[in-house]
Amino acid sequence: MRRLRGLFVLIAILPAAAFAAGEGFPLQHANTDVASLASLQRGARNFVNYCLGCHSAKYMRYSQVAADLALTEDDVRANLMFTGTSIYDSMESAMPADKARQWFGNAPPDLSLIARSRGVDYVYTFMRSFYVDPSRPTGSNNALLPQTAMPNVFAGLQGTQQPRYESTHLVALDPLAPGEMPAASFDSFVRDTVAFLEYVSEPAKAQRMSLGVWVILFLLMFTVFTWFLYKEYWKDVK
Amino acid sequence: MGAPQVPATGGKLAALGAWIDERFPMTKLWNEHVAEYYAPKNFNFWYYFGSIALFVLALQIVTGIFLTMSYKPSATEAFGSVEYIMRDVEWGWLIRYLHSTGASAFFIVVYLHMFRALLYGSHRKPRELLWIFGVLIYLALMAEAFFGYLLPWGNMSYWGAQVIVSLFGTFPLIGDWLIEWIRGDYFISDITLNRFFALHVVALPLVLIFLVVAHVLALHEVGSNNPDGIEIKKTKGPDGHPLDGIPFHPYYTVKDLFGLSLFLVLFAAVVFFAPEMGGLFLEAPNFEPANPLLTPEHIAPVWYFTPYYAILRAVPAFLGTQVWGVLAMFAAIVLLFFVPWLDRSPVKSIRYRGPIYKVALMVFAADFILLGYCGLKPAVQPFQTMSVIGTIVYFAFFLAMPWYSRIDRTRPEPPRVTS
Repeated sequence: MRRLRGLFVLIAILPAAAFAAGEGFPLQHANTDVASLASLQRGARNFVNYCLGCHSAKYMRYSQVAADLALTEDDVRANLMFTGTSIYDSMESAMPADKARQWFGNAPPDLSLIARSRGVDYVYTFMRSFYVDPSRPTGSNNALLPQTAMPNVFAGLQGTQQPRYESTHLVALDPLAPGEMPAASFDSFVRDTVAFLEYVSEPAKAQRMSLGVWVILFLLMFTVFTWFLYKEYWKDVK
Repeated sequence: MGAPQVPATGGKLAALGAWIDERFPMTKLWNEHVAEYYAPKNFNFWYYFGSIALFVLALQIVTGIFLTMSYKPSATEAFGSVEYIMRDVEWGWLIRYLHSTGASAFFIVVYLHMFRALLYGSHRKPRELLWIFGVLIYLALMAEAFFGYLLPWGNMSYWGAQVIVSLFGTFPLIGDWLIEWIRGDYFISDITLNRFFALHVVALPLVLIFLVVAHVLALHEVGSNNPDGIEIKKTKGPDGHPLDGIPFHPYYTVKDLFGLSLFLVLFAAVVFFAPEMGGLFLEAPNFEPANPLLTPEHIAPVWYFTPYYAILRAVPAFLGTQVWGVLAMFAAIVLLFFVPWLDRSPVKSIRYRGPIYKVALMVFAADFILLGYCGLKPAVQPFQTMSVIGTIVYFAFFLAMPWYSRIDRTRPEPPRVTS
């Protein structure tokens, strides 16, 4: 019974905890376009270069990426496949999970479904919200996910950022030192990467949307026919 | 005109039919339940949902069969096998979305079907058993949905099951034993997943099919009610058929086909363009695998359970136990069984009832939606107060019914159905 009461307390306080987390850093709009093959292709390139070193997308196969992103299997083998041996392998990171736990304290999460479980805006904001924090072992912290174990792998591209506080509340990040990319280029770099993650989280989405239009058009026509059939049969009902 | 009167194939088919009829009541069943089942001719929009519910049941069974072909009921493989269905199985994503959207659609259709009964008095004598079978179907459906929700083994599946199973632990003395017995383990585990799979895929579908057959047999025994709430069997023509009745086939088969295709347009719109329905049909935390160490930020049951979840949370703990909320939640459902006897109005249909019942039913419908909304929200103000008020209104609607349904100013029922 005590355990149970504990659970009820948990149910009662959890929403409050959620509210507390919700007060945090505001989300920015990702504005991804999963219909743009070019954006997805750039995102795939970014993903294998900047994410796949530590993060897997273990439910995503290279062959599927090739088919959906209009790439040849040779293209994928030459430019995207740094892990795995077969085009039918899934996108698994080469970093062993137990080593990762030793190095970072946490195994980097699998990113197959991150865009669905957290939302694209969350991933977009997270990637852009690292700031310099000498108190952290990695030298950086994240405004959206404080105390994250992930090091700032974007510092070279984005440049570094410093936090701006109002009283004790982190309200914004200001540029500290410039990176290789102008702000606008970095924005599209992140946007493409998030678009690719959005695609990875549901590869059937594009097919779902395009097929859906035809299914609904068919059903609307079918409805018109059944309406006339119904009216025809019911003529003699008074 | 030298051609034979009966085409050769028709002759053979007819002969086959006769052969079967001598051994099995094929034609007899068809006539009794379809071709010569006389239904009132004045069915309106609200009468589509029975046949649509039957369609959704069939859809859930068929898509469910295909899902089980690729799903693995094991704690280590379940989550991955769902993603395998979504990615590697041909049309797997469509089958899965049809099934997940079908679950929510089933409840929408059943809620509208039940509301229809309250509108036109379809639960009243002589249809009390028909209504009771219906409430049993609703209960079985809730159990079916609850067991099914654990199967994707996402984090919301896990914690949702954790919370609901824990409710049984509030019962004094037997509580701890009861939850262990349900889970088959000291926590929600692989063992729990396996038994929920068995219940979801074999046990409850059998119960549901049995109850649906009983529901339809009871309906065809007493005959359908109609928006006027009068018995069409009272006025029969010289042929022995009700004057206001028409054969179900072809009249209602074609009409229901139209209703069904309209439903399918809306259903397909969700399946293809919003299968998550903004997190109501598929919740975001469920795209993370079950994690006993990581609670989702806010645990809420799926939307169709939330009115009862709000009632559960509205009742405070006292005498050192939470069991009162659980009892209130169960009572809220058990009350439905008694509606045929709680309703004392001299008329059945809302068309001839007085203003009190009209207002009461509308307030109840709004209250049910309000409770559902509160159940989705965290247990903080103002939702907590709204839940308490909602719970009082919910129970008042049923418990005060014997009184307000009798004193209401009703109008006389017409002798024949109106169009």
